[in-house]
Amino acid sequence: MAKQILSFTVNDEPVDVLVQPYVTLLDALREDLGLTGPKEGCGTGDCGACTVHLDGKPVASCLMLAMQARGHAVRTIEGLGAIGALHPLQDAFVRLGVPQCGFCIPGVLMAAAAVLAETKHPTEEDIRYGIAGNLCRCTGYTKMIAAISEAAEVVTQGAAR
Amino acid sequence: MRRFDLATPDNIDDCLKLLAERPAETKLVAGGTDLLPQMKNGLIKPARVIDLSGVPEVHVLAPDDGRGVRVGAAVTARQLERDPRIQSTYRSLAESGALVGSIQVRNLATVGGNICNAAPSADMAPPLVALDAEAVIAGPTGRRRVPMAAFFTGVRRTVLAPDELLLEFSVPAPGPHSGGCYLRHTPRRELDIAVVGVASQVTLADGVCTKARICLAAVATTPVRATAAEQALEGQRLTPQLIEQAATLAIEAAKPISDQRGSVEFRRHLVRVLTRRTLTTALARASA
Repeated sequence: MAKQILSFTVNDEPVDVLVQPYVTLLDALREDLGLTGPKEGCGTGDCGACTVHLDGKPVASCLMLAMQARGHAVRTIEGLGAIGALHPLQDAFVRLGVPQCGFCIPGVLMAAAAVLAETKHPTEEDIRYGIAGNLCRCTGYTKMIAAISEAAEVVTQGAAR
Repeated sequence: MRRFDLATPDNIDDCLKLLAERPAETKLVAGGTDLLPQMKNGLIKPARVIDLSGVPEVHVLAPDDGRGVRVGAAVTARQLERDPRIQSTYRSLAESGALVGSIQVRNLATVGGNICNAAPSADMAPPLVALDAEAVIAGPTGRRRVPMAAFFTGVRRTVLAPDELLLEFSVPAPGPHSGGCYLRHTPRRELDIAVVGVASQVTLADGVCTKARICLAAVATTPVRATAAEQALEGQRLTPQLIEQAATLAIEAAKPISDQRGSVEFRRHLVRVLTRRTLTTALARASA
C-alpha cells in the first residue's frame, strides 16, 4: 500500500503529489495540497460542499478517489478568481451579501460557474437546477439565485465586448 | 476509508488479469458514487480496488453498426442525460440518467455502476430492460451477452461472476414510430431514490401497437417486466381505456415491500399511475 504519484493539473498548474491510494480527491486537495476551499459536509455526495471542476464539469470530490484525477484538470474555488480579480460570481456574492455562515459557498460557486459556462442567459429554473446538488443550511438560496443571475449577465456582456 | 491497494489498468485484458488474481477481495470502481459511500461506512471492505476510469473500452458511446447504440459501462448519467442521440431515440434512458443524484453526482455516476450495484430502485435499469438491451460481459474465457431482463438475480445480485466485468450495453434501435418514457415517484424532486419507477416503450405500425415493454423498479427484489400488461397492448390500438387496463394489469407484476419510503398499498397504486402516465407519454412520442 505504497503511496502513488498523482500527476494532474490543479488550478492551471501542473502538480505531482504523492497520495495514499485510498484517499478521496477532496482529502488530497485539502490535506496534501492545502486547498481548503472545498469542504467536506456529508462525505456521501448529498450536500455539494466539496464541488470542484474536473475537466470543467462539476463533481463531488468526496466521491472520487484522488488517483482517478490522474491526467485530468481540476479547478477548485481557489482557482475561480483571485483577490483583486474576483470572478463575476464572487463579486456578485460579495455585493449582494450572499454568504451567511459561508460553509456551502465554495461548492455553490463552483456549481454556479458550471451553469454560467453552459448557459448564456440562465433562467431562474436553470439556476435552481444547476445548484440543486448544493445544500445551504442557512437556507440562503434566494440571494444566491439573484447573485448568479446578475453574474450571468456580467459574464455575457463581458464576452460580447 | 479502510486501506486498499489500487490498480489503474489502461485496457480490459489487464483488468481481467488483475480481477482473476483474487476476485473475492476485489472491487471495480468506475464513478465511485455508490462504491465509495459503501466503503466509507464499512459495508464493503475490498483489499484491492481496480479503477476503470483509464480503460477506453468502457467509455464508448457510439452507434452499433446501424443496429442501435453501444453504451459503455463507464458512460456517465450526465452523458446519457445530455447526449442528443440518446435524447431523441432512447428518451427513457436520457430521462432516467437525468434523475440520478445531483449534477455533481451525475458527472461521476456511471450506467454500469448503477446496474452492477443492482439496487431494486436503480433508475437506469427499467429503461434498459424496456429497450431490450443486452449486457456485454467480459470474462477470462471471452465475452458473453445477457439480456437485461435476465441480468439481475436479487437485491444487489447479478449474473456477473466474480472474475467477470460489465463492458457495455448493446441497445437496439427501437425503430420508427416508437416512443419511450421513464418516470419515478419521489417525495423530493432532486437527490432522492425511487419509491416506484416505471419505464414504458411502445412501437406502432398503422396505428396498432406491435411491441410493448413495461419495466417496474423498486417493487420487487429486481426490476421486473409487467408481461401481462404488455400482452394486453400488443396487437391493439392504444386507447386511454386500454392503457388504463394495462396499468391495472401491471400491478400483478409488482411484489413490493413496505419500508420507510412507501407501503405495499402505496407502491401498488404508484405502479398503476406511473404505468398509465409512461404509456400515455410513450404513445404520444411514438405518434409524433
